[in-house]
Amino acid sequence: MNHHITLVVNGVVREASVPARRLLSDCLRHDLGLTGTHVGCEHGVCGACTVLLDGEPVRSCLTFAVTVDGREITTVEGLATGGELSPVQRAFAECHGLQCGFCTPGFLCTATAFLRDNPAPDDEEVLEAISGNLCRCTGYQNIIKAVHRAAEIQAEEAG
Amino acid sequence: MSERREPAREHVTGVFGKRVQRREDARLITGRGRFLDDLGGNALAAAFVRSPHAHARIRDIDVAAALDVDGLVAIYTWEDLPGVLAEPLPLLIPHPALTHGRTAYPLAREVVRHVGEPVVMVVARDRYVAEDACSLIEVDYEILKPVVGVEEAAQAAHLVHEDVPGNVAAHMVQEVPAPDGRSAREAIEAAPHTLAFRLDIERSACTPLEGKGVYARWDADDESLRVYSSTQTSTSVRMAIAAKLGLPLPKVEVIAPDVGGGFGVKIVHPWPEEILVPWAARLLDREIKWTEDRREHFISSAHERAQVQYVRVGFDDDGRVLGLDVNILHDNGAYTPYGIIVPIVTSTQLLGPYKIGAYRVEFSSIYTNTVQVTPYRGAGRPQGVFCMERTMDRIAAHLGRDRTDVRAANFIQPDEFPYDQGMTFQDGRPLIYDSGDYPESLRMLKELIGWDSFPAMRDQAAAEGRRIGIGVGCYVEGTGVGPYEGGHVQVTSDGRVHVSTGLTSQGQGHETVFAQIVATELGVPFEKVSVVTGDTRRFGYAVGTFASRAAVVSGNAIALACRKVREKALRIAADALEADPRDLEITDGVVHVVGAPSASIPLSTIAVLSNPLRYAFDDETRRATQFASAPSPDRPPVSEGEEPGLEGRDYYSPIRSTFASGMHAAIVETDPLTAEIKILRYAVVHDCGKLINPMIVEGQIHGGVAQGVGGALYEKMVYDQHGQLLNASFMDFLMPYATEVPRIETTHLETPSPLNPLGVKGAGEAGVIPVSAVIAAAIEDAEGIPIDRMPISPSDLHALRLAR
Ligand code: FES
Ligand code: FES
Repeated sequence: MNHHITLVVNGVVREASVPARRLLSDCLRHDLGLTGTHVGCEHGVCGACTVLLDGEPVRSCLTFAVTVDGREITTVEGLATGGELSPVQRAFAECHGLQCGFCTPGFLCTATAFLRDNPAPDDEEVLEAISGNLCRCTGYQNIIKAVHRAAEIQAEEAG
Repeated sequence: MSERREPAREHVTGVFGKRVQRREDARLITGRGRFLDDLGGNALAAAFVRSPHAHARIRDIDVAAALDVDGLVAIYTWEDLPGVLAEPLPLLIPHPALTHGRTAYPLAREVVRHVGEPVVMVVARDRYVAEDACSLIEVDYEILKPVVGVEEAAQAAHLVHEDVPGNVAAHMVQEVPAPDGRSAREAIEAAPHTLAFRLDIERSACTPLEGKGVYARWDADDESLRVYSSTQTSTSVRMAIAAKLGLPLPKVEVIAPDVGGGFGVKIVHPWPEEILVPWAARLLDREIKWTEDRREHFISSAHERAQVQYVRVGFDDDGRVLGLDVNILHDNGAYTPYGIIVPIVTSTQLLGPYKIGAYRVEFSSIYTNTVQVTPYRGAGRPQGVFCMERTMDRIAAHLGRDRTDVRAANFIQPDEFPYDQGMTFQDGRPLIYDSGDYPESLRMLKELIGWDSFPAMRDQAAAEGRRIGIGVGCYVEGTGVGPYEGGHVQVTSDGRVHVSTGLTSQGQGHETVFAQIVATELGVPFEKVSVVTGDTRRFGYAVGTFASRAAVVSGNAIALACRKVREKALRIAADALEADPRDLEITDGVVHVVGAPSASIPLSTIAVLSNPLRYAFDDETRRATQFASAPSPDRPPVSEGEEPGLEGRDYYSPIRSTFASGMHAAIVETDPLTAEIKILRYAVVHDCGKLINPMIVEGQIHGGVAQGVGGALYEKMVYDQHGQLLNASFMDFLMPYATEVPRIETTHLETPSPLNPLGVKGAGEAGVIPVSAVIAAAIEDAEGIPIDRMPISPSDLHALRLAR
């Protein structure tokens, strides 16, 4: 049996008809065509599937789509505003914080929420913030740099 | 050689060697990347029933219960496969020593030999439904004795393949005598000092964040097949599909879309799914996609690393090695599709930057009922380097000498290149090092890590009750193996430059570095250049991305193609400007007479002139007519030997491999109570010849070191005695997070390769190679306990302490 759900994804009202077992990651990717959210493990460990649910990072592979009916979701496709890249996105490109880019959407969403709550983090806090996301390519060094750089850009632009 | 690139051009465009930001990023940071599973939104889904047993005979397959599943489209077993599709998969790299090579069937026939081997393929409306159907298919197995563990396998109480005696796939001995003709064993006997010991290296795996995947579209009207695969070699997958499906090659195209990491596992081809999915797509005339899930990747792709090594070494009072004798037991898993490349690489690259008096290496490649073993970044080198570097440390400990002095005593000297190691390398060519400066590398590394001041640091730590140790490791890496790659460069009348090469990308930034090469070689703005890799529609001949070869082989092929285009452009411009081509230069996409900038013509115009058919579709084509000289009536419009269009294609086929090198050092702290191991500092000196983009090279090093740290401290595939992989998830297989990877301090040394026009070597694998050796050395130094196996966990270290 399918369930009718309504989500607000990246500010747009989207509707889908999904079976109860449909993962949010699959719903976003396959029902709504938002393939920017990636799936690296489907058991909640890698963080590639991280999206923002009412602003908070969640693992969309551990979430059934039907359980978030009516909620607001931000995916990587929604991070840029009006065609302008967000500070986090710009910082990742500037600092070579990605190689294959498969883990990147998860890191971007995670860092976006983190810097909103903690705009001036220290090294330990940045490390902690991204320590739930796996990347097999970069060795994390440039990701850490990118998060710091994003904080800097954010501050510059706010100032 | 870099000399062949004229400095003026390099200066003007200035992008070769620069930290240029990546082309690829714009799409990848906005969710517009196109990975395999992002394609084919309407495709049917394939899923597989895989063997739950390590070794079993299939008695019966009962699909009846699955037939009622709503949304089921098809179910296939081996019996359904026609013709050559029913044959075993190809053995890609045969070798005379591989006397008993065996490969799997695309779907198991009669016997399964590892947990995860595909038995049934199901096609259904979506993946959920396909998996529902899979779960209803009953396979009746007669369980056979599994063979697990390389030493157990070598004893051959049970066989993995009935027709492979002793479970031995291959046995090989290579022997390099000392200059005085003595064999390694004789040299060791006669040496003033000898040591013998055993080393153990565990299994790990590439585990790219994106697994494998295949998506096939059959065009019934055109009778052609388009296949997307998350592969490291789209050209070879294409050939395999055409052959296995009996299709004319021009009717098959294979595209590697954005690929979420490879690290070796995706060079193997064809994976069963890569031919089964296209086959079913054509049969059903429906689009079909298979996306590997994480558990599938663990149990049905490939692993690497596992070896047991027995070492004997003889040396003099200075620590100079006089003879080295290594015997390797290599676990190749259930099948050998990739031949014996890994143990061959271990055997040859073990020598590192050293002159070893006499060398004997013997390996046996052994079957076990586990996932097959194929190259993982480093491809046998981490094991070889572990062996050699642990040997150097043991020699130093035995003699009471500084570990770096012992290494220095054995180094090949800068004036000894080209240096012939007297062996045959993985490409079947002589193992001759092209260039390097090992003493300088070591000097730089000691300075970077503070080797000489470390004793003071240790004392200081000890005074605080802390235990720290330092380790060092050196390697030489054969990179850029042949046989060839090609490049195609086309300038169109809008001034854009379109570049393609056949090899594929998995995050290395090829679109960027190849554009840097083109901008420099051709004298065009970087922004005008676009690069396509891994798309057989654009370039049909290629080998693939592995062995740190893309920059060397494709990079040089593209540079050579640019030189052809440049030559043609200058010839046409000379005609139009009535100048001597030798007086012409290209700057910012404009050909001009040196010293007379007003006499100029843009490449876009030359592109128009190069084609006698003058379209009048844009300003450029109209403007070009002013330069067009009246065609001579007694010459054909396209002269003999010429082609229309401003484009060029060329290939680069290296005479032999280039040899990159590097040295790493680490300082670790071990907790006296918990045995926790923490890397305090990690330093890298890296020499990959000329750098095209240092930012990207450093990224490659960081990623490699992180994988090395995983292999040194955390990652191992744990099989139980039944051949079940106990940790087939990211939950249980411990890949490093950001919290586990130290900050990596990197310095570059550039010894250009004399073998290729750009002077480059490769950089892709380097980072991972010496890490296990370095970390083991540092732990050993901190603890004073010999470390002879990797990875080493806190519990392992604790056990070693208790056993002391
Ligand atoms: S895919 Fe969701 S955490 Fe890995
Ligand atoms: S960039 Fe490839 S997994 Fe992170």
